[in-house]
Amino acid sequence: MSEQHIHTSDEHAHGEHEGLSKKKIWQVFGILLLITVIEFIIALWVLPNGYMSRAVGNFVYIALTLLKAFYIVAYFMHLKYEKLGLQLSLTVSFVFIFYFITLMLIEGGYLHLHMPKV
Amino acid sequence: MNSLSQLDQVKTTPWSGGRSPWSVEYGKIMMWFFLLSDAFTFSSLLIYYGAQRFSKFTWPNPDLVFQSIPGVMDHGAPLVFVGIMTFILIMSSVTMVLAVEAGHRRSKKEVIGWMIATIIGGFMFLGCQALEWTHLFHEGFGWGKIPTMETLKHLFNEGEVSTVSAQQFSNLFFTITGFHGFHVFSGVVINIIILFMTINGTFEKRGHYLMVEKVGLYWHFVDLVWVFVFTFFYLV
Repeated sequence: MSEQHIHTSDEHAHGEHEGLSKKKIWQVFGILLLITVIEFIIALWVLPNGYMSRAVGNFVYIALTLLKAFYIVAYFMHLKYEKLGLQLSLTVSFVFIFYFITLMLIEGGYLHLHMPKV
Repeated sequence: MNSLSQLDQVKTTPWSGGRSPWSVEYGKIMMWFFLLSDAFTFSSLLIYYGAQRFSKFTWPNPDLVFQSIPGVMDHGAPLVFVGIMTFILIMSSVTMVLAVEAGHRRSKKEVIGWMIATIIGGFMFLGCQALEWTHLFHEGFGWGKIPTMETLKHLFNEGEVSTVSAQQFSNLFFTITGFHGFHVFSGVVINIIILFMTINGTFEKRGHYLMVEKVGLYWHFVDLVWVFVFTFFYLV
């Protein structure tokens, strides 16, 4: 059994799936930087000049953040190249977080309407 | 081939046992699951922050609270300093992947170089955070502490100052960025340990640089959390 285990990690080390190439790494870096720059443009130019409403801006921010998160997890953390089982076990768990977000924002929205303004 | 010998054949499908079905090394799976649990912790903190912000009729305006570059400008530069911090952290994430990439090629020298770069990036980020915290402390913020009414008037949109909101903002800002900073600090410490192990040739003897990949996962996670902290504290 223990021999088997060593075999597994060895197999991995020899790269049945290779790591990212240097070119790809810099590409992903460029994308992350670009998204951040877009966020800055929205914050410092688009919103102050009123080209976009605050509410829409927040949605755009969150969408861009999730996009950045995808690039970090998929490429830098290499999850895109892992087996489907591992991908699913790590992502499907966030169902609980989505549920929690919905729950707490509804709660917060209710308090917003019913609490005294302090 | 008769039916008996077919039954005797050893199954080799991924889930028939004897090997990792995901062909990921044990320690790496455990790192992933640790990070998943850590993600839940950070999510809980951020969701509580969101719920608080949703429930209040007003909230300190981030463009007004964070508009200084410590040591350079006192006000009038929203987002610039935090932009530098974000850039440092993304950059150190890149040097970390480059260390992992060098590890795949078992190039000890390159791993050492990129690990040192990553550690420097981590220290720079921590330094920036220390500067920012100091600035906010001087303004009067802190756990259980808010600035005077006079200062607060400049941090909210006109005519809607709330001491309750300011207090919630202050507590949550220091708790969440503090918890993140603590993660960065532990990440730097772990990176230093791995750097010394690399210099000692431990991974060279082992024949693989999987440990570098594992700390890499942790380091990227710290970067990932910052992406969310940045959005929800500084942008939204």
